[in-house]
Amino acid sequence: MARKLMKGNEAIAAAAINAGCRYFFGYPITPQNEIPEYMSRELPKVGGAYVQAESEVAAINMVYGAAGAGARVLTSSSSPGISLMQEGISYIAGAELPCVLVNIMRAGPGLGGVQPAQADYFQATKGGGHGDYRVLVLAPANLQEAVDLTQLAFDLADKYRNPVMVLADGMIGQLMEPVEFSPYRPAAGLPPKDWATTGTVHSGGRQRVINSLYLYPDQLENHVRAIFRKYAEMERTEVRYELYNCDQADVVIVAYGTTSRIARSAIEKCRRLGLRVGLLRPITLYPFPLAAFDLVVERTKAFLVVEMSMGQMLDDVKIAVAGRRPISFYGRTGGIVPTSEEIVKQVQELLGGRGA
Amino acid sequence: MTEERIIVAGFGGQGILMIGKLLAHAGMMEGRNVTWLPAYGPEMRGGTANCNVIISDVLIGAPIVTEATCVIAMNLPSLDRFESFAQPGGWLLLNSSLIPRAPARHDVQILAIPVSDLARQQGSLRVANVVMLGACLALTQAVRKESAIAAIEDVLGPSKRHLLGINLNALEAGMAFVTKVQV
Repeated sequence: MARKLMKGNEAIAAAAINAGCRYFFGYPITPQNEIPEYMSRELPKVGGAYVQAESEVAAINMVYGAAGAGARVLTSSSSPGISLMQEGISYIAGAELPCVLVNIMRAGPGLGGVQPAQADYFQATKGGGHGDYRVLVLAPANLQEAVDLTQLAFDLADKYRNPVMVLADGMIGQLMEPVEFSPYRPAAGLPPKDWATTGTVHSGGRQRVINSLYLYPDQLENHVRAIFRKYAEMERTEVRYELYNCDQADVVIVAYGTTSRIARSAIEKCRRLGLRVGLLRPITLYPFPLAAFDLVVERTKAFLVVEMSMGQMLDDVKIAVAGRRPISFYGRTGGIVPTSEEIVKQVQELLGGRGA
Repeated sequence: MTEERIIVAGFGGQGILMIGKLLAHAGMMEGRNVTWLPAYGPEMRGGTANCNVIISDVLIGAPIVTEATCVIAMNLPSLDRFESFAQPGGWLLLNSSLIPRAPARHDVQILAIPVSDLARQQGSLRVANVVMLGACLALTQAVRKESAIAAIEDVLGPSKRHLLGINLNALEAGMAFVTKVQV
């Protein structure tokens, strides 16, 4: 199929429909509004339904309902709206239902601002709502990857019966790049949705119950342990990352999404200055690619973590590096996007002013 | 390796984002890597509009343009803000119909083009952006003329097909202006 120039938000929405998503519930917020706009226009054409809810709290509970009925369902929002959804996300994880969430991050805390940020990393990767649970988090760095990961998100959600989040930022949402849609086929071996509450007519007269309430602690502990066996499986099989130019690198930059692109530009500038710099780019933020660090730690002198936050993924990098090498951090926040020149300067300082 | 890094800036309603989209679209049709990044946020409302376009033969990292091969300023506030973004030797293209001052830079190539006046001669001020696009292509060869024409056709689509003629004339007018001043 031909390449098409699309905005990131539109590309994500189109990918969801391509992957069989037929239901969208959401509430407007900048900088992700092209997603609901696209869904409101396109879902009715494919027999789907779009509902603009009265709030994000309502929207996520509509997602809960549609997911419980076995449908492929999407919601999208930006940081403050995703915060409002956390209760529902916890319920969906607790009830073991598949759904896809998109967070096009903006700067916080509070209402913050509408410019790009990556300060929802903790919220996205450590659960976000209450209780023992995780959300599988995919972080695209370009629009083709945003398309591919959004489609993958629906398969992973069905595979694990767990919410999957596509975590991007305002820049990826607003950016236009060429994208290509291949005919989509669901992953092989996805389990049948024999738990969906579609009426006893479909379940051979047996009652199906969707619930996250377990009043007996022993039952709840068993339930949570079962959920965590799924997370252990995710950690074994779903880790995704990219290594770029790491073979001879004196410094390895760790960055995801938008900042990883800027890091690539910085690496090219460093190369021209005679500095050897690589990139370790996590694509799954949960599960975090811990083992990828083992591949590069021997050859590198130091790590430089770059985020559009005050340092959140930094904690996971510290766990991964486990004190074997020094780790520096460079972050911009409040909606400011770091420049490649700023990153080059950080690298030069790390290497004792070489190339300056 | 060639890479065009273009900043287009003006006020809302001048078709600023469209200049960028046409460049990106044409670049894509040539099989190259492209990015188009708009400024978004409170500054859009009644104020300035700008976008960054990169057209490259290699993978594009940061889509933000800091060292522009070409800066297009369609009004005075845009020149004030983005003049410093042009890389030495790069292009600074001004809409002289609306910009009364000369640029302060002496290390860039400058062309002042009365795009609003040229657009009016084509019958509508609204194609001033396409006049500027024509001038930009004639100077930078960022994309081929045929690609730009194909992009205009694509972006207008069947519903605005009746506007194709005036837009193609505007593109020609921008290119012709450059040829005339360069002779």
